[in-house]
Amino acid sequence: MVRLLLSGDRPQSVLLGALLLTILVCLAFAPFLFPGTRSLETAARICIFIVLVASYDLLLGYAGIVSFAHTMFFGMGAYGVAIATQRMGTGYDALAVGTAAGAGLAAVFAFLIALFSLRVRAIFFAMITLAVASAVAVLVSQLSAITGGEDGMNIRIPRELTPAFRPFDGPVLGLNVNGRVLNYYLVFVSCLVLFLLMLRIVNSPFGRVLQAIRENAFRAEAIGYRVVFYRAAATVISAVVASLAGAIFAIWLRYVGPATTLGVEIMLDILLIVVIGGMGTMYGAVVGTAAFVLAQNYLRDWMGGASEATSFLPLVPDLLNPDRWLMWLGILFILSVYFFPTGMVGRLRGVR
Amino acid sequence: MTLAPEHAPRMAKLSLAERLEPWMPLLLVPALILAGYLAIASPTSWLTLTVSGLAMGMMIFVIASGMTLVFGLMDVINFGHGAFVSFGAFVGVSVLLMLAHMTGAPSLMLNLAAFALAVLAAMAVTGAMGFAFERVIVRPVYGSHLKQILVTMGGLIVAEQLIHVIWGGEEIFIGRPEMLKGSIEIFGATLERYRLVAVGIGFVLFLGMRAVLRGTKIGLIVRAGVENPEMVQAMGYHIRRVFVLVFVAGSALAGLGGVMWGLYQEMITAHMGMEIMILVFIVVIIGGLGSVEGCFIGALLVGLMQNYTAFLEPKLALVSNIALMVAILMWRPQGMMPVIKAK
Repeated sequence: MVRLLLSGDRPQSVLLGALLLTILVCLAFAPFLFPGTRSLETAARICIFIVLVASYDLLLGYAGIVSFAHTMFFGMGAYGVAIATQRMGTGYDALAVGTAAGAGLAAVFAFLIALFSLRVRAIFFAMITLAVASAVAVLVSQLSAITGGEDGMNIRIPRELTPAFRPFDGPVLGLNVNGRVLNYYLVFVSCLVLFLLMLRIVNSPFGRVLQAIRENAFRAEAIGYRVVFYRAAATVISAVVASLAGAIFAIWLRYVGPATTLGVEIMLDILLIVVIGGMGTMYGAVVGTAAFVLAQNYLRDWMGGASEATSFLPLVPDLLNPDRWLMWLGILFILSVYFFPTGMVGRLRGVR
Repeated sequence: MTLAPEHAPRMAKLSLAERLEPWMPLLLVPALILAGYLAIASPTSWLTLTVSGLAMGMMIFVIASGMTLVFGLMDVINFGHGAFVSFGAFVGVSVLLMLAHMTGAPSLMLNLAAFALAVLAAMAVTGAMGFAFERVIVRPVYGSHLKQILVTMGGLIVAEQLIHVIWGGEEIFIGRPEMLKGSIEIFGATLERYRLVAVGIGFVLFLGMRAVLRGTKIGLIVRAGVENPEMVQAMGYHIRRVFVLVFVAGSALAGLGGVMWGLYQEMITAHMGMEIMILVFIVVIIGGLGSVEGCFIGALLVGLMQNYTAFLEPKLALVSNIALMVAILMWRPQGMMPVIKAK
C-alpha cells in the first residue's frame, strides 16, 4: 500500500524515512499538536510550498531546465481564484472555475514559452522565462482594474472555510474545530494528493525519459525520444501544478497581491529550497521546504539576537542582521551546488 | 578512356536581395526609428524619444557586450552579470558624492574629471570583482549550463546582499554633475545633455571595442576563440587566460554601465542590476550569443522600442520588447548576427 502510494520511490534511508514521517505526522495533526494561529499559518505555508517546490523540482531536477517563471504560474492560479470569486460571487463553483481558468492559462503560457524557447536553444529558456515573468509582474501591478494593482485583492471564500464557522458543538480532542481548521485540512489533503501525483509522474516511464534527457539530451534524441516534446510536457505539467498550488494558497490566505505570489524573492526562495533540499528527488522538496520555512520563521529571531550580542564589533552585526539571512542562504546555495549537488536528501541517504 | 566533359565554371552573381541579406539587421534600426516617427506623429517628441532611446540602448550595450563575449568565448552564461552593474553604480556614486565640490562646480572640466574618476573607480572595483568571481564562482562549473545558471544566480544574491551590508538597505539619490544637468533645444525638441553624453560615450566605446577586436592581435585571438576555442588552444595560446581577460574587461564595462545607468536614473538600488539584466538578456538573445555587432544593434532596438512604447502605451513597454524578441527569433532563431561556431 505504502509502496503503491509512493510509486515505488522509497526514501532509501532510515534517517530520511523517519524525517519524512515526522514531517507528515506534524503536518497531518498540526492543528492539534501546535495550537495557535502562527503555527497553523506556518504549517499551511509548508504544505503549499512543498507542492510548489516539488513542481519546480520536476522541471529543474528531473528535466534539467532552469525556469524563472515559476512564480508567474503560481500567481496565475492565485489570481484566477481571486478574479473568479470577484466576478462570480462567493461559492465553491467560483473557486473551481477560478482554479481551472488559472491552470488552463498557465498551461497555455507554459506551452508557448516552451515551444518557443526550447526549440531554439535550451539555455534561452532561463533568460526568456525571466523576461516574460517580469513583464507579467509589471502588467499585473499596472492593470489595477482587473488585478487590484499593487494593493492586490481580497478573496471571499465560502463561510464553511472561515474561522466563524463551527461544525461541532464542543471541542474535538481538546481543540475547538472551526472553519479555519477545515480550510487547513483542505490545503493539507490537496497538497498531499498533488505531491503523490507528482511522485507518480516522475517515477513513470515519462519521468525516466526526462532524466535521460537531463543526463544526455543528444543521446536521448538518438534513441528515439522527441526531446522537445518531453521538455515541453514537463514544463506544462510543472506549470499546471504550480498554478494549482497558487489557487490553494489564495484560498488559504484569502488574499492575493503581486508581492505574495509574483515576487522575485519567492522565485529565489524556490530555487534555493530545491537546490539545498536536493535536486532530482521529490523528497528534497519536502525536507528542504520544512527546513527553510522553519528557519525563515525562527532562525531570524536567533540572528537578531546574535547581531545584538556582537554589536561591539565592526561589520559583524551588519552581516548577522536578520535581513541579511538571504546572503548566508546564498552562500549555502553556492556551496551546495559545488559540493552537495544531491542536497540534504543526498546527504541523508549517504548516512545509512 | 573518355575525355573529361566540357567544364566551364561560372560565378553566379548574387542578387541584390542576397547581398543585402547579411546587412538586414542593420537596417532594422532606421526602420524602427521611422516606424516610431509615423506612430508618434509629433516630430519634437519623436526626436526627444529617439535620443533617449539611443542613450538607453548605448548603456545596455555597454553592459551586454561583456556578457555576450564571455558566452561566445567559453560558453559561460553569467546570470550574475547584474551584480557588477549594481556594484559599479554604488562605487561610482560613492566617489561622486565624495567629490561633491567637483561635481557641484559650474566647470565642465571639473565635472568631467569627477565623472572620469568615478568611472575609473567603479571599473577598477568591478574588474577586480570579475576576476574573483571568475576564480571562485565560475571556474568550477565550466561545461555545465545548469550549474552555471544556478551558481551565478547564487553569486548575484550574495553580491546584492553585500551591497546592503556595505551601503545600507536604502536607495541612494544622486544628482548629475552641474554641467550635465539641464537640456538643450534642437529643432524645438528638448534633449537632455546627459543623454547626449551617454550616446557619445556608448558610440565611442563601440568603435573602440570594434577597433580592438578587428585591429589588434588580442582581438584576433578573442574572435578566433569565439569561433573555435580548441583550435586557438592548439595554436599555443592560453585560451583560459584570454577568457579571464575578457571576463574582467566585461565586468569592468558592466561597472561603467552601472555608473552611467545610475546617473541616468538619478537613483540607485541594490536590485537595479537584476532589473536591467532583463533587458540585457533580451539584447543578448536577439543579437546572437557571442556577437558584439549583433549586441550593439539589439541594444539600440531595445532602447528605442522601450522609449517609443513607454510614450505611446506605458504599460506595454516591456511587453513590446518581448514581442520584438519573439519576432526576431521567428525570423532568425539564432539571433540577428549569429556567431558561426566551428564545432
